[in-house]
Amino acid sequence: MSLLSVENLSLSIHGTPILENVSFTMKAGEVFGLVGESGSGKSLTSFSVMGLLPEGAKVSGAAKLQGHDLLALTESQMCHVRGREIGMIFQEPMTALNPVQSIGDQVAETLVIHGAATRAEALRIARDKLNRVGLTEDRFPLSRFPHELSGGQRQRVCIAMAIALRPKLLIADEPTTALDVTTQAQILDLLKDLVAEEGMGLLLITHDLAVVAGVADEVAVMQQGRIVEQGPTEALFRTRAHDYTRRLFAASAHQPDRAATAGTEPLLSVDGVRRSYALPRAGFFGPQPRLEAVKGVSFTLHRGESLGLVGESGCGKSTLTRAILGLEPIQGGSITLCGEKIRAGAVPPAQRARMQVVFQDPYGSFNPRHKVGRLVAEPFHLAPIPPAGQRDRVAAALTEVGLKPSDAEKYIHEFSGGQRQRIAIARALIVRPELIILDEAVSALDVRVRAQILDLLADLQGRLGLSYLFISHDLHVVRAITDRVLVMKSGEIVEQGLTGAVFSAPRHSYTRQLIAATPVIPSDWTVSNDALV
Amino acid sequence: MLRYAASRLVSLILSLVVASLVIFAVLEIIPGDAASFMLGMNAAPDTLAALREQLGLNGSLLSRYLVWVTGMLQGDFGTSYTYRTPVSELIAARMEVSVPLTLYALVLSTAIALPVGLLAAARQGKATDLAVMGTTQLGVAVPNFWFAMILVLIFAVNLRWLPSGGFPGWEKGIWVNVKALTLPAVALALPQASILARVMRSSVLETLTQDYVRTARAKGLNRTQAVLRHAFRNALIPVLTILGLQFSFLLAGAIIIENVFFLPGLGRLIFQGITQRDLIVVKSVVMLLVGAVILVNFLVDLAYALVDPRLRRRA
Repeated sequence: MSLLSVENLSLSIHGTPILENVSFTMKAGEVFGLVGESGSGKSLTSFSVMGLLPEGAKVSGAAKLQGHDLLALTESQMCHVRGREIGMIFQEPMTALNPVQSIGDQVAETLVIHGAATRAEALRIARDKLNRVGLTEDRFPLSRFPHELSGGQRQRVCIAMAIALRPKLLIADEPTTALDVTTQAQILDLLKDLVAEEGMGLLLITHDLAVVAGVADEVAVMQQGRIVEQGPTEALFRTRAHDYTRRLFAASAHQPDRAATAGTEPLLSVDGVRRSYALPRAGFFGPQPRLEAVKGVSFTLHRGESLGLVGESGCGKSTLTRAILGLEPIQGGSITLCGEKIRAGAVPPAQRARMQVVFQDPYGSFNPRHKVGRLVAEPFHLAPIPPAGQRDRVAAALTEVGLKPSDAEKYIHEFSGGQRQRIAIARALIVRPELIILDEAVSALDVRVRAQILDLLADLQGRLGLSYLFISHDLHVVRAITDRVLVMKSGEIVEQGLTGAVFSAPRHSYTRQLIAATPVIPSDWTVSNDALV
Repeated sequence: MLRYAASRLVSLILSLVVASLVIFAVLEIIPGDAASFMLGMNAAPDTLAALREQLGLNGSLLSRYLVWVTGMLQGDFGTSYTYRTPVSELIAARMEVSVPLTLYALVLSTAIALPVGLLAAARQGKATDLAVMGTTQLGVAVPNFWFAMILVLIFAVNLRWLPSGGFPGWEKGIWVNVKALTLPAVALALPQASILARVMRSSVLETLTQDYVRTARAKGLNRTQAVLRHAFRNALIPVLTILGLQFSFLLAGAIIIENVFFLPGLGRLIFQGITQRDLIVVKSVVMLLVGAVILVNFLVDLAYALVDPRLRRRA
């Protein structure tokens, strides 16, 4: 018998249809991948199964766990199913744990709440489960609090919590999206082992085709609330029968058309830059310890070049970015843009106008109460006198990034994530900078939108002779858009060179480790180009 | 935790020193000194000089400040020149009323507000929530002396359950005094409880949208369990802040209520001190109130750390 069988599941929220006739079945001991872009309904499918839908949700069809329809259960009956029969882990480990409770209590709670164990016994089992997910007693006693753990460690606690009662089904909603690649590889391995050991089913929800390729036995591809294609992973990846699946694959492997425009004239020189932060003193009169975030980094970015900076979270790449932008003081070395030194806190407008930045979060980086026209025109205050024809310039910038001049009259909430990122690029472009710093600028975007933005960046670079400093944790993207790459680890640049060379023949062990941890779709799974036409 | 407490203690002492300097300086700036107020406009210069000598007003600024501070540290606040008694005795007598009244009101307000706020949050958008929001809106808007008068009308004049005012003194036994303080405490507590309940409600609602509440639900907790076990403690931090502010307000801000109920509290003492230009009383009571506020803030800081483990390590 199948473990979970979802039959004709439809969902609407306040009358808006979200899911339409979603059907799939999965077996015990199997990893079932549910893939799709944001808004495709993959998370809401899992919330329907869990009975955790928001207010105003109307659901029809059936979701049978070993033959019992979960949708027919009352809320109090569902409370017995959640945690006991079905465990669930979520995307954001940093906020998924209660900050004021110890990790031991939180894992034990799963057992206590279901009356499966006394508190003392529950704590003992919690210890076992934490050991099982790789958090050993010597370093991670039960009394630890979430804020003392890294993202990957917190996700392990969440997994321990979800498997404490040995559920039959584990739902993992983007479990590794917020993690670094090396951590992602470890967490995926852990999940695979648990499925094999406990014989449970894993419903893995992700936007990342490469993650699915390495883990899932069966895959379903979702688009706009429907499953457009499903089948065994390898077969589905090889045939790509549905048009949408094909487009998704094409976008994830997209290589923008770009010619090298790099000159030899240095635009940005970073020379022996150090940045350290004061930590709390050990005692009232103890020595002041310092955290060295950037330890003597040097590199040169040439005019017209696209330079990548890769590294995992905490490696110092964001600190370095802020130092280049003159937003943070440096304790040593120098940063020069167009031959002029950058002094933190005292960057003259003319210098500021030469470098602009695009950040990761397309939702948080705009004032929601200003119209797009005003948002895009913002950098004009850097000019000594406000340039004439601002409206025309705004219209031109919007056109350049593929939007309409009439969009200037709209507010930011009317745009999708990809469109917002275009607006952010328009805002950066409007003062005709020489250098654009792209800080994880495409990381929050869906693959197809990401492919479009990469094309746009390549096109703008070719036409306007821009230079890019492209900061990302995503090796695929860096490979697609940069000429040269720097690999950063613990505040130091451990390897640099031409992008192709570094990726095909990495010299430093850390680079090799990063590349090995990055999930890839096996190269022999690709369809021949003839089949795509 | 100890380091955190120690660092808060250092800031407590620094705040007290700064506050005492400010209070001292302000009262120095006011024209005329204590001696000229005591003797009136037509005092003879040599009497004035003699009194100044007696009151120690002739020393330098620094020496007078030090005399004042060291005196206070030994419990000597000087002598009131309107009452002709030591200020410390005056204050002690008034504290017997004000401190119990404040605590009584605070306990009442917390006991009402936390469950009510929690309930409203748990029933968000339903009838209970609307009723709570409506009532607390009224509680915030209506001044407390009006409440006080209504309470007197109902419980003292009509039902005759409780006295309408006055304070018998603790030597007459606990029960009569508790009865005497009940109506004023309720009148003080209602507006405070209304504010606190609204803060509690919005704080719980905010916590309910957090990811860890979703995690708790996925573990099998029902909505009520998720609220009590996970949202409640996290929602307490803003509530503690308001609670600390309310204590300071109640201690000195009860003056109108003290007048309605004829209670000899600190509020009335400072009011009388100001109208009679009894600077020694004013200076001492203000310093005392500032000290109480700073102490309460210190306790609130410690409470934060008890609630939130993330604060324990920060120094």
